[in-house]
Amino acid sequence: MTIAADPFDQFKVTFFDECQDSLSICEPLLANLDQNADDETLNTIFRAVHSIKGGAGAFNFDRLVRFTHALETALDLLRSHKTSLDRDAHKLLLRAFDMQGDLVAAARTGGALPAGAEGELIAELEAWSASADSAAAPAEAAFPFIPVALGAGRGDPQAPVRHRIRFTPHSDLFRKANEPLLLLRELASLGAASVSVDLGKLPTLDAIDPEAAYLSWTIVLDGSASKAAIEEVFEFVTDDCDLSIESEETPGGLPGALPGALALRANEIPPAVEPNPEAAATEVPPIAPPGVNAKPFGRRSSDQEAAAQATIRVDLDKIDRLANMVGEIVITQAMLTQQIGDQNGAANPEMAQGLAQGLEQMALLTRELQESVMAIRAQPVKSVFQRMPRLVREIGTQLGKEVRMVTSGEATEIDKTVIEQLADPLTHLVRNALDHGLEGPEERLAAGKRREGTLLLSAEHRGGRILVEITDDGRGINRPRVLAKAQEKGLVAQGAQLSDAEIDNLIFLPGFSTADTVSSISGRGVGMDVVRRNIQALGGRVTVTSQPGLGSRFALSLPLTLAVLDGLVVAVGAESYIVPITAIVESLRPRREDVHAVVGRGHVLAIRGQYVPLVYLHDFFQIRNAEPDASRGIVVIVECDQRGHIGLVVDDLLGQQQVVVKSLEENYHAIEGVGGATILGNGRVALILDVAGVGASGVGASGLGAPGLGAPGFGAPGFGAPGVTPGVTPGTGGPARPAALHTATPRGERGQA
Amino acid sequence: MKRVLTVDDSKTMRDMVAFTLKNGGFAPVEAVDGKDALRVLGDGPVDCVITDLNMPNMDGIDLIKAIRLDPKHRSVPILMLTTESDAAKKDAGKQAGATGWLVKPFDPDKLVATVRKVCP
Repeated sequence: MTIAADPFDQFKVTFFDECQDSLSICEPLLANLDQNADDETLNTIFRAVHSIKGGAGAFNFDRLVRFTHALETALDLLRSHKTSLDRDAHKLLLRAFDMQGDLVAAARTGGALPAGAEGELIAELEAWSASADSAAAPAEAAFPFIPVALGAGRGDPQAPVRHRIRFTPHSDLFRKANEPLLLLRELASLGAASVSVDLGKLPTLDAIDPEAAYLSWTIVLDGSASKAAIEEVFEFVTDDCDLSIESEETPGGLPGALPGALALRANEIPPAVEPNPEAAATEVPPIAPPGVNAKPFGRRSSDQEAAAQATIRVDLDKIDRLANMVGEIVITQAMLTQQIGDQNGAANPEMAQGLAQGLEQMALLTRELQESVMAIRAQPVKSVFQRMPRLVREIGTQLGKEVRMVTSGEATEIDKTVIEQLADPLTHLVRNALDHGLEGPEERLAAGKRREGTLLLSAEHRGGRILVEITDDGRGINRPRVLAKAQEKGLVAQGAQLSDAEIDNLIFLPGFSTADTVSSISGRGVGMDVVRRNIQALGGRVTVTSQPGLGSRFALSLPLTLAVLDGLVVAVGAESYIVPITAIVESLRPRREDVHAVVGRGHVLAIRGQYVPLVYLHDFFQIRNAEPDASRGIVVIVECDQRGHIGLVVDDLLGQQQVVVKSLEENYHAIEGVGGATILGNGRVALILDVAGVGASGVGASGLGAPGLGAPGFGAPGFGAPGVTPGVTPGTGGPARPAALHTATPRGERGQA
Repeated sequence: MKRVLTVDDSKTMRDMVAFTLKNGGFAPVEAVDGKDALRVLGDGPVDCVITDLNMPNMDGIDLIKAIRLDPKHRSVPILMLTTESDAAKKDAGKQAGATGWLVKPFDPDKLVATVRKVCP
C-alpha cells in the first residue's frame, strides 16, 4: 500500500536542494555547538533534521527516515534540555550529521551506501536518547503511512446498520472553526440520515453569544457505514463535543426515522446557527446562511504570492547561455563602436556622431548587463569552505591530531566556475596543513602551545581579486629539510644561498615532496606543484609564508570570474595579443643603454637597479615584421608568479579593454603561453597571454633566476621543456641579477596594477 | 475557487501541498513561516490554512493563536500538517484552536478530502 508517489517525483529536486541548504546551515552551527548551544541554534538544527525527515518520508527514502528519526529524537531531547551536550555527544552529533549527509547523497544519486552503515550510529543515538530520558520513546520504525479509506469505500459491506448518534458540541467548538453543518453533511454522505435538532439550550436572542454553540443534534443513520467511519467524521471534534454512537443491526428495511425529524440529504441542509465571528465583527446579524460566508478571493496577485520566496533556483545552463549571449553582445557592440569610429566624419558625420553617442550609452548598459549576469553566477565561497570542517575532522581523527577549524569571509562571492575549481586545490592545502603543518597534541604541548591546533580558512576581496588564505599555527616549514630535499633532488645546487621565502616556495617545484614515505593524507601522488598549476590555470597565484614554530600561511589570489577579463591589447607585428591587466606591473619604452645582452641568455632590462629578463613576443610566437628592438618598442613588465617579473617586448600598446574569454581548450587545444582567445572590436581573434606560461616557457628553460640563486638547475625541470611550445626561443633567459629579486615578493599583497 | 494557505518552511512540502491542492480544485497560496502567513492573511482572507508546526520566526502554534485572535480571520479552518512523532505538539495546536490535522507524509486524496471536510 504505497502512496501514488509518481506525481511527487518532480519535487525531489527541490527536496535535495533543501537538504543541501539545511546541511549547510547546520554545519557551522554544529561545529561550534560546544561554544554556542542556545535555544535558537538547537531549534534551527532540529528543524533542519525535521524537514529532511518529512521530505524523506514523502519520497519513501526509508533509510533516511529511520536515521533522521533517531537523530531528531536525540535533538528534541537536547533542545528541550532533557539532556546536555558533553564532548562525546558533540562528536556523536557531528558524526551523525556526516552520516545524514551521506544518506541524503545516496538517496539523491540512488547510489548504495553499504547496508547498515548507519545502524551503529542509530544505536548510539538511541542509547543517548534513552540515557537522557528514560521515558523517551525509542525511535519507532519509519512510521508507516496508513491511508484511511474515504468516501464510498468507507461503507462497511456488512448488513445494514442503524446508528443513533448524539452530538452535543461544547460551547467553544466554533472557536476552532469546526462547523457542525459540515459534519452533518459528511454524515449524510454515509447513508440515509435523519436529523433532529435540540434547541433546548438556545437562549433568548439578546443573550446569545454569537460565537458559542447552543444546539445539539441527534442523527439516525441507516446504511452500511461502520462505527469507525462515523467516528472518523467527528475525528477533529472529539475533544470539543459529547458524542455517543449506538449501533444496532437492522435486519429489515429502513423504517421511518425519528418523529418530527428532518429528512436529510447531502447538500441540502437547513441553516444551523452559523457562527460567524467575522460577520459579528462587522455587526451583521450572527445568524446567517452558510452562503453568506463566501469570501472574496483572488485579490492577491500571483506575484505577491511569489514574493514570499526570496530566491529562485535556475539551471546553471540557462545562466551560462545568458552569460554567453551577453558576451556576444559585448563583442558586437565593440565591433560597432570600432566601425563607427572608422567611419567618423566620412559620408554622414551627423549620423556617425549620433550613432557614436548611442553606442556609448549602449556600452555602459552592456557593461552593467554583463556585471549583473556575472553577479548571478557569483556564489559565496561558503559552498567550498563548508566541505572543509568534515575533512578536517576526518583527517584529524585519522592522524590523532586535534584541530579547531575557523573560517572567515565565507560570504565573499566569486564566480561559480572558480569556486568549483577551487575545491581540489583547497582540499589539498587543508590536507597538507593537517599532515605537515599541525603537530600532534603532545608535540604541541611540549612546544608550549595549546593542545588543539588551529586552522584558519579565510576569504576576502582584494583589488578586484579574491584572496583565500589557509593559515595554521603548526610547526611551520622545516627549511633545512626542504632545502636538503631540494638539493638531493637536484632542484637547487649544493651550497646555494637562498632566502627563507625562496626556500619556503621550493615546495611548489614539480617533483618536490618532503614526505619520506607517501602518506595517505597528503601524499596522494599530487604535489604542491599541481596545486600551483591548478591555481595558475584559474588565473590565480599561490604563495606560502612561514615562520618556524609558529605556522604557515598559504595565500591564493584568484580572479573573480573566468568569463571576462580586463586586458591590455598589445600589437606584435600585425597581430594583437591581450595581456591580463592583473598581471601587469608597468609598461615603458626602455632606453637603449638599459637593455643588456647576456651571452647565451638573451636580453635583460635594467630598471631601478634590478634586472628583468625580456621575452620578445615576436620570437615567442614567431611573428614576422615585428619590432626587434626593445628600445623602439614597448616593454610590458608583468608579474610572473614564482619567476618574478619579466618584461614582454611588444611593438605597441593599443588600449585597455574588457574582453570575453573564449576557451582554447574547448574550441581547439591548450597552447602553452596562451590562456584563451577573444574577439576584438574589429572582428579579429586575439590570443590572451598566459603570463605564467610565457614566463615558464620563454624564460624558465634557461633558468630564470638561477644565477642569482647560484643554482643553475633551479626551476628548470618541468618548466617549458624545449619543444613543448612552438616558437619558444631557447636562450632567452635570466642573467646575473640580484638574489633578492622579486621571487620572494609575497603575492596578493600588491594592489592592482 | 477556494483559496487555501499552506504554511511551511520547507519548499518541498509547500510545493507538494500546493500541487495537491491545485489538483483538488483549490487555489493554493503559500507562506514560509507564521509571520509570513500573517502577512499573507493581511492581504486578504483565505478559506483554509494548512500549517506546519516546526518553523522559524513564528511556529505553527503561535500562528494558530494569532489567527484565532484576529477578528478578520478567526473563523478560518486551520489544519495542522504534522508528523506522527509530534503528538504533544498536535495537542498544543488543538488547544490553541486548530480545526484539525493531517499527518506527514500526507496522502494527496486524504489531504483534499480533509480540506473539503473543514471548508465551509
